[in-house]
Amino acid sequence: MSIGHALLGLLETGPRHGYDLKRVYDERFGHDRPLAYGQVYSTLSRLLRNGLVEESGVEPGGGPERKRYAITDAGVTDVADWLVTPENPQIYLQSALYTKVVLALMSGRDAEEVLDVQRSAHLRAMRGLVARKQQGDLTDQLICDHALFHLEADLRWLELTAARLGELAKEVDN
Amino acid sequence: MGAETAGDGPVNEILLGGVELRKSFGSTPALDGAALAVRPGEIVAIMGPSGSGKSTLLHCLAGIVAPDSGTVTFQGQDLARLSDRQRSALRRSEFGFVFQFGQLVPELSCVENVALPLRLSGVRRREAEKTALDWMARLEVESLGRKRPGEVSGGQGQRVAVARALVTAPKVIFADEPTGALDSLNGEQVMRLLVATARDSGAAVVLVTHEARVAAYSDREVVVRDGRTRQVELVP
Ligand SMILES: Nc1ncnc2c1ncn2[C@@H]1O[C@H](COP(=O)(O)OP(=O)(O)O)[C@@H](O)[C@H]1O
Ligand SMILES: [Mg+2]
Repeated sequence: MSIGHALLGLLETGPRHGYDLKRVYDERFGHDRPLAYGQVYSTLSRLLRNGLVEESGVEPGGGPERKRYAITDAGVTDVADWLVTPENPQIYLQSALYTKVVLALMSGRDAEEVLDVQRSAHLRAMRGLVARKQQGDLTDQLICDHALFHLEADLRWLELTAARLGELAKEVDN
Repeated sequence: MGAETAGDGPVNEILLGGVELRKSFGSTPALDGAALAVRPGEIVAIMGPSGSGKSTLLHCLAGIVAPDSGTVTFQGQDLARLSDRQRSALRRSEFGFVFQFGQLVPELSCVENVALPLRLSGVRRREAEKTALDWMARLEVESLGRKRPGEVSGGQGQRVAVARALVTAPKVIFADEPTGALDSLNGEQVMRLLVATARDSGAAVVLVTHEARVAAYSDREVVVRDGRTRQVELVP
C-alpha cells in the first residue's frame, strides 16, 4: 500500500495539518495499523520535495506539527494516475484496493474505473494461469488452480464492492 | 489484446456488432445503451452481476430478441432488415447456442441431438450422424451416442450441447452460463473443450458468465452493469 498516495488523496479534499492527516487516515484506512507520526512527517517531506504538496500557511506557535499542507496540480495528477493503475494481482491486495476506492469516491472520481482496471489486471493474470495449466502436468494444474481460486476470491470481493459503491459513497460523504 | 488471437481476416474486421442497444421489459430497462463488437474467431466474455442484462444482450446479438433501439450487424448486415425467416436461417447456419441446461431434446439420443441442426438444414440422416459423431469425439463424448440426455451426467450433457452448437460449423457460438450448473472440475472440462474446438474451427464465442474462472478462458471481457457495457483497455 502506498501511504504517500493515500495521504495525497486525502489532501485533495482540502489542506490539512500533519496530525489531522494522521487522524483521518487512521479512521478510514488504519484499522489495525495506525500511522506513526514520524511516518506521516517523513512522507510529507518527501511529497514536498517532489512538488506534490506545498505548505499552505503555518499556525502561530511554530513547530513542524503546525504546518498545513495542500496538494499541488502535480499531486492531483499523481493521485489520478495511481487510482487507475491496477495493483499487481496477488493475495491480500484488498487494503490497497479499498483505499483507492474510498479515495476515488471522496474526490468525486469514477470509482468504478478503479475496479474495472483491477478486474482487467486480475483476468489477465488468470488467463496466463489458464494457459499454463493447459500445457502443464497435474502438478502445474494444481498450483495454477490454487492461484486461480485466490484471484477469483479477490474478484468476488471486487464485484460485491462494485455493487455497493452507491452505499459506500454515502458513507464516505459523512 | 484480442486482435492477435482473432483468427484470420483483417485485425479490425468486425464479425458481429451491437451498437447503442436498448431493450425494456415493461418499465424496467434491461439494456440501456449496450455495445459490443466481436471479431472473427475471438472469444469474448460478457461478465456482470445477475440481472445486469447479460442474457438480454446475448439474445439481441443473436437475433432472438429485437432491441427497442440500436442496431445489430452480422457480417455488415443489419439483423433488423432481415425477414423473420432469413433471421432464423441465419441463426441455424451461422450461429450455435449453448445454454445452462435443458437444451437437449429428451426423446432423442445424444447423437440425434447433435445431428439435429444438420437434419433441420436438410442433411441426410446417415451423413448428419457421421458428422455428429466426429464432433462428439472432439468433445470426448462419442461413446454416449445412443444414450438419451437423461442418462448422461451434467458435464457430459453440456459437452453434447457444445458438439451440437458446433456441428454446423457456425461463425459464432453463443454460450450463456454454459458451466452454470456444473461443479468446478466439470465446468473446467467443458470450458477447455469448448474453447479448444471453437479455436480449431475458427468460430467466435460470445460467452456470458458471472464467474471469473470461466471468463479467464476468453480473450477479453466486457462488463455489463445496469444494462450498460463497460470495456477496459489495459495498458500492456
Ligand atoms: N423476458 C423477460 N421478461 C421480463 N423481464 C425480463 C425478461 N428478460 C429479462 N428481464 C429483466 O431484464 C433484466 C436483465 O435480465 P437478464 O438479461 O436476464 O440479466 P442477466 O442475464 O445479467 O442475469 C432483469 O431485470 C430481468 O428481470
Ligand atoms: Mg442471464
